[in-house]
Order: sequence, then structure tokens, then C-alpha cells
Amino acid sequence: MDNCKKPELPEMVKITKVVYENPYVRTFFISRKIDAQPGQFVMVWLPGLDEKPFSLSYAGNKTAITVEEKGKFTNALFKMKTGDKIGIRGPYGNGFTLKADACVVAGGCGVAPLATLIERLKNPLVIQGARSRDRIIFKGRFKGANITTDDGTEGKKGFVTDVLEAQLMKNKFSTVYTCGPEAMMKRVFEICERHGIECEASLERFMKCGFGVCGQCEASGLRVCKDGPVFQSEKLRTIKDFGSFARLKSGEKVAISDYARWRCQ
Amino acid sequence: MNLETSLCGIKLANPVILASGILGVSRALLSEVIRNGAGAVTIKSISLEAREGHKNPTVIAFDAGLMNAVGYSNPGAAAAKKEFAGLKSLGAPVFASIIGQDASEFEKVAEALANLEFSAIEIPLSCPHTPGFGTLAGQDTPEKTREIVRAVIKKTKLPVFVKLSPITRNIGDVARAAEKAGASAITAVNTMGPGMIINIDAKKPVLGFRMGGVSGPALKPVAIRCVYDIYESVKIPIIGTGGVATGRDAIEMMMAGATAIGVGSAVHYRGMDVFKKICSEMSEWMYENGYERFDEITGAAHG
Repeated sequence: MDNCKKPELPEMVKITKVVYENPYVRTFFISRKIDAQPGQFVMVWLPGLDEKPFSLSYAGNKTAITVEEKGKFTNALFKMKTGDKIGIRGPYGNGFTLKADACVVAGGCGVAPLATLIERLKNPLVIQGARSRDRIIFKGRFKGANITTDDGTEGKKGFVTDVLEAQLMKNKFSTVYTCGPEAMMKRVFEICERHGIECEASLERFMKCGFGVCGQCEASGLRVCKDGPVFQSEKLRTIKDFGSFARLKSGEKVAISDYARWRCQ
Repeated sequence: MNLETSLCGIKLANPVILASGILGVSRALLSEVIRNGAGAVTIKSISLEAREGHKNPTVIAFDAGLMNAVGYSNPGAAAAKKEFAGLKSLGAPVFASIIGQDASEFEKVAEALANLEFSAIEIPLSCPHTPGFGTLAGQDTPEKTREIVRAVIKKTKLPVFVKLSPITRNIGDVARAAEKAGASAITAVNTMGPGMIINIDAKKPVLGFRMGGVSGPALKPVAIRCVYDIYESVKIPIIGTGGVATGRDAIEMMMAGATAIGVGSAVHYRGMDVFKKICSEMSEWMYENGYERFDEITGAAHG
């Protein structure tokens, strides 16, 4: 059959290295090599606790996830050291396309799924934003990145969208790739629409199965885990929930700001 | 080939129905399933109050099927009224699925959803992984089945389908109790078990609830036998559900006694367009074997 009896079970892998990216974010390298498309994600299982999706911030020989400490699950993950084991299944979802002459716009932790994309693209223009200097992730990993901080403690003071607008005045891009807080991605998409430029955004929703059967991560009729998490302009135009609504664990649809608050618990 | 059929007086473009619990969380997603060829769709079960369900992992796949312990997460009856407004325009019948811890809760959910454009109400008395509901609450006995069916029927004019458990002893007796109490159809079957998968490297059961309902290929022969037994016991139609992934599986389920076919786990094996695929395979098989109508197939394996 098309997807013949494909098992989707977690496999226990060793943490081989933990990198402290900043006081709030750590990168966990794992013993399993995962060849994934930039933008794909894995489900991470902490036995007896819970399971959650994380995009791969490194793939291939050095595979890793990059995690911000936010709630109970990431709390427990932050207690883990080299040699400890976590469960992994995947990779899941589609991924970003790899277009030449691209611009990459990353906000906060949203840089994680974009990192392997940036490394695979030829000289993309990178715009990376963070709240402040001590929140920047992967410092020095992307040569020539345009850094912005909300408080001006590093790079340009202001938002990634300001830099994007300015760049679009003087440069031409085929595609703008983006990941970050959904309100930011929505603004990036709107700017792209105004300039008639293709956009690809990686969405985040609460997930269960990760392989397209339960429907939990639904956004306007699309499954973020299977039809996404990366959506191109054509789809983004049809996703009414984009930037507006997301579902809680019960399936209740709420304002995206309420969803974001709930996810931090 | 024309696959049109009728189930309890409800006209279906084809007999392949989305089973409850798969994809049915929103009107928009139901619309996608219908676009992918489903003859009817069933929503994910709704309880009176919102439920978060069990912890992840809640749905996993193993080499012979799927196992889930979602734990009836749903936004509750009030939110469901908003989510499932305007169903007529979807272009295919939509079946409600309602749950309760006792007959009066079933009644209240049926009442709450009464003004929506559902074509039938399914009541699963057979979930194997949610304390307070289904088999874990003993709702699968003939007595409880009779009590709950009677309560729901009082609150609705719609046909009521009763979804049975494959682990129930003498499933024909439960089906007969449902029929006598006024049910219009039997959905057979729910997931079986509960089963358990342990990750030996973690020394822990994988599912958050530790155990869960088994569906997919592992369930199919059990489901076929259940439908066969039920067909011998009742006159009302059967929606044969459990491991159907191909047109041949669907024909097999019909020969056991099914009038319509429920499909769920096969979305994993063959994609969202599994409904279209099953339909075209059924019609191909019927053409090659000289069948023109489903009533020549339903129950053909009996006698």
C-alpha cells in the first residue's frame, strides 16, 4: 500500500552534546542521524511525561533540536545531560523549498527550523530578530546576518519587518522564508503580498499524532503536521486561522494570543 | 459505476464514511475529507463539557495497525455548536458523535446539538481507553445500551447509530438490545483492546495513558467477524468499521453484512484521498465480477 504499515514509534536515542545557546535556549545533539528537509520536525518523547514536536536545528551527521525553556516538558528536558536518552520519532511534515535569491526572516526561536535552510541556500539575506542581546540564538552561525533586537542591545533596534521592508526597497528576492511568533510571520506575509513576492512560513500548532490522522493541529482545514508545517503563499492566503486562531488541547479554537499564553504553561 | 446508496433513509453518494475520531475536529477538515471522496463523515465525539484528553503520545502506529488513547479530547457541546454550524453546504451528510458518562449526559449533549444540520447521531458505547466512558464504564452491556439508546431517542428525531466494541462478549445480544431500544443502525466496531506497547529501551509503555485502542489491519479480521455475528442478530443496517483500507476490504466487510463502510486508520496508510481510492477499487471489482448493486453483496457470505 501507499504507506505500507509504516510504524510511527519513538526510538530512544542518546543526547551526545548540550550547547547553551543563551540563558533560555539549549541545543541537544542526538546520537541518531536524521536526514531531513529544512523545516521538518520530530516528536520528542520523555517517557512517562509527555511528547512534543520540535523542528530540527541541525540535520544529517550532527542532528539536533534547539529548545527554549517554557513549561513542564522543556523544564524536564533542560535537566538532561550528555548520555541521557530521549525518544524520537519522525521526521515529519514537508519542508521549505530551496529557492535561489532568497531572504530568510527569523524571529526568536523561529530561527531553529530556518537554520539548516540558511546553510543549504546560496548566500541568502538573513534577517534575525530577538527581544534583546541575551536572547540571540546561533550567534556567528550565519555569516553577514542582519540582527535586530527589540531593545537595541545588539544590531539594529527595532523589528525584523522594518529591515525586510527596507531591503525590499533596494533588493529583489525570489522568496521570503520565515518562522517566528505568528503575529510576526503574518506581518512578513502581508509585506510579501504587497510586494508580490513568494513567502513560505512555518506554522506551529498543538500536535498529537504528527502524521496526519488525528486532526488536532488543523488550521482552516489543513493539517499543520502533514500538509505543513511549511505553507507557501497560495495556501497561506486560504488559511483564515493564520495569525488569528489556534486550537487548545481540547480542540477549542481560541485567539492566537490566548493560545500562545497557554503554550507557555 | 454508480455507488449511490442509502443508509436509514439518508442518501449517500457512496457507502464509504469517515469514522469518528479521525480528522473530524472541524467543519473545514470535514469539508476536506468530503472533497477527498467520503460519502459521509462523522465528527470527533463531543461531550457536555470540554475535555483535554490524555497526555501524549496519544496516537502511534505499529507494524500491524494504529493504537490510540486520545481520551476523548473535545471542546464541549457549546463550542461544538459554533464549530459545526452550517453543515448542509458541505455537500455530504455529517453524523454527530456524542458521549456521556450516563444516560442523562447523553441526553443533554443530544439536546445541545439538536438544531445543527447533522443527518444522524452516533453513540459510541465502546471506547476502550477513557475512564468513565465506553467499555471502561460498562456501557457495552445490553442493559446499559438499552437505557442510553432510549434516552437519546427521546431527544432527537434523527436516526441513532450505536457503535459497539469488538471485545464485548455476545456482540449480537448488544446489537439486538440496541435495535429493540430503537437504534436505526449499528456501527461495528470501535477500536479493540485496550492493548499496550512498551518501549524496552525506556522500560515504559509508549502511550501517555499506557494502554490504547487498536485499529487498522490488526483489527480487520475481528471486525469482520463482529459484523458477521451482528448481521445474524439484527435487521437494522450495519456500518462496518475496522481496518478497511482497500476496495477489496470494503467488499469483504459488505459480504460480512455491512451496508456502509467506516474508514479511519487507512488515512495513515493511503492518505486523505483513501476514500476516493476505495470507491474506485470497489467499483472496479464490482464491474469485473458482474455486480451492479450493493444489496447483491451485503451479507453474501452468509448461509
